[in-house]
Amino acid sequence: MTLLAVEDLAVSRGGMRAVEGVHFSLDAGQALILRGPNGVGKTTLLRTIAGLQPPVAGRITIPDDAVAYAAHADGLKPALTVAENLRFWARVFGGQGIAAALSAMDLQALAERPAAALSAGQKRRLGLARLLVTGRPLWVLDEPTVSLDAASVARFAGVIRDHLGQGGAALIATHIDLGLSEARVLDLTPFRARPGRTAQPSGFNEAFA
Amino acid sequence: MIALLARDLRLATRAGGGFGLGVAFFLILSALVPFGIGPDRAALAPVAPGILWIGALLACLLSLDRIFALDHEDGSLDLLATAPLPLEGAVAVKALAHWITTGLPLILAAPIFGVLLQLPPAAMPWLVLSLLLGTPSLSMLGAFGAAITVGLRRGGLLLSLLVLPLYIPTLIFGAEVTRRGAEGMAVQTPLVFLAGITLAVAALIPFAAAAALRINLR
Repeated sequence: MTLLAVEDLAVSRGGMRAVEGVHFSLDAGQALILRGPNGVGKTTLLRTIAGLQPPVAGRITIPDDAVAYAAHADGLKPALTVAENLRFWARVFGGQGIAAALSAMDLQALAERPAAALSAGQKRRLGLARLLVTGRPLWVLDEPTVSLDAASVARFAGVIRDHLGQGGAALIATHIDLGLSEARVLDLTPFRARPGRTAQPSGFNEAFA
Repeated sequence: MIALLARDLRLATRAGGGFGLGVAFFLILSALVPFGIGPDRAALAPVAPGILWIGALLACLLSLDRIFALDHEDGSLDLLATAPLPLEGAVAVKALAHWITTGLPLILAAPIFGVLLQLPPAAMPWLVLSLLLGTPSLSMLGAFGAAITVGLRRGGLLLSLLVLPLYIPTLIFGAEVTRRGAEGMAVQTPLVFLAGITLAVAALIPFAAAAALRINLR
């Protein structure tokens, strides 16, 4: 089953085209790693696929309610405990399995601790545990391993592998090696938009180029 | 939606949530006015309805920027936007949570502060009723202002400038209900207008605010 199909996609950031002509698809059980230098448009591409901004051109085909998005900010409330944070997202997304998510990211011992008292890496682990309670098949991850130690990165790679094994899919922008040997890699550098072209109205600008 | 409401209420009542801030501000304002214009009943009673309503309005304003700014900072807003919950529903729920934590305590405390301002006892029920009908629209309009200014640094001041003019109709009819109640006149007309404004705001604002949020999230 195809969870994500992207055709001739162009995205823009702040009115400037970032990448264009991007083309890939992702089936259940597959992972795709996006690479490319800083500023090429990985985050913008992921936000567009998550539905947070409209594409400039091209088409994104995703089943309804399939995307779980995780970015630099984890969406945690410092005044709530680890379990409360997770329970809230589980209820919003209609998912479950809080205990399983806590144990998958090795957070059981911290369950009753306020999120304000967590270290950066622990917060990140909690942010990633949220993916498990959403119950959504397509994970769109923007630099998921920031501030994780090596053991946690390996643990998270195992979580992704389990997710793929259960018919999920993952689209990951990262600079480090996650150890997911089965994942395909897409380098965005060749898709970088030609400089000097603004996003809109592109037709108008082409006429005067 | 209930999960979001429960979370916002819990956050407001935990440390640093700002619960009670509005009431404390309202109290200080009501206590300061007699110092400013003298404790004389003849001077205070005519202005009491207006002062009480302006106090409630400013107290409401204090906590408006928290409606979306904190969720935007920590990334929750991005995640809510990708959640199965419609963004319009999230806006309505967050405005409701703001009203419960700010508007409702103001309504309960208002009769006490009315005494400080020498408001005639006959006007007390009308003060409470007018606040009950009017404060939900203050929270809703505030949510709209907060949605427009969500990505801005120091957006609080701009938020006040945007929202205060929108509060004028509610203020006029709310204070008028209380004033007429104090003088024993018929209150039906301003009361109906006040309820109408609140209903219109509650029906339209979630869509406007959600559209503003979507643009700000890009």
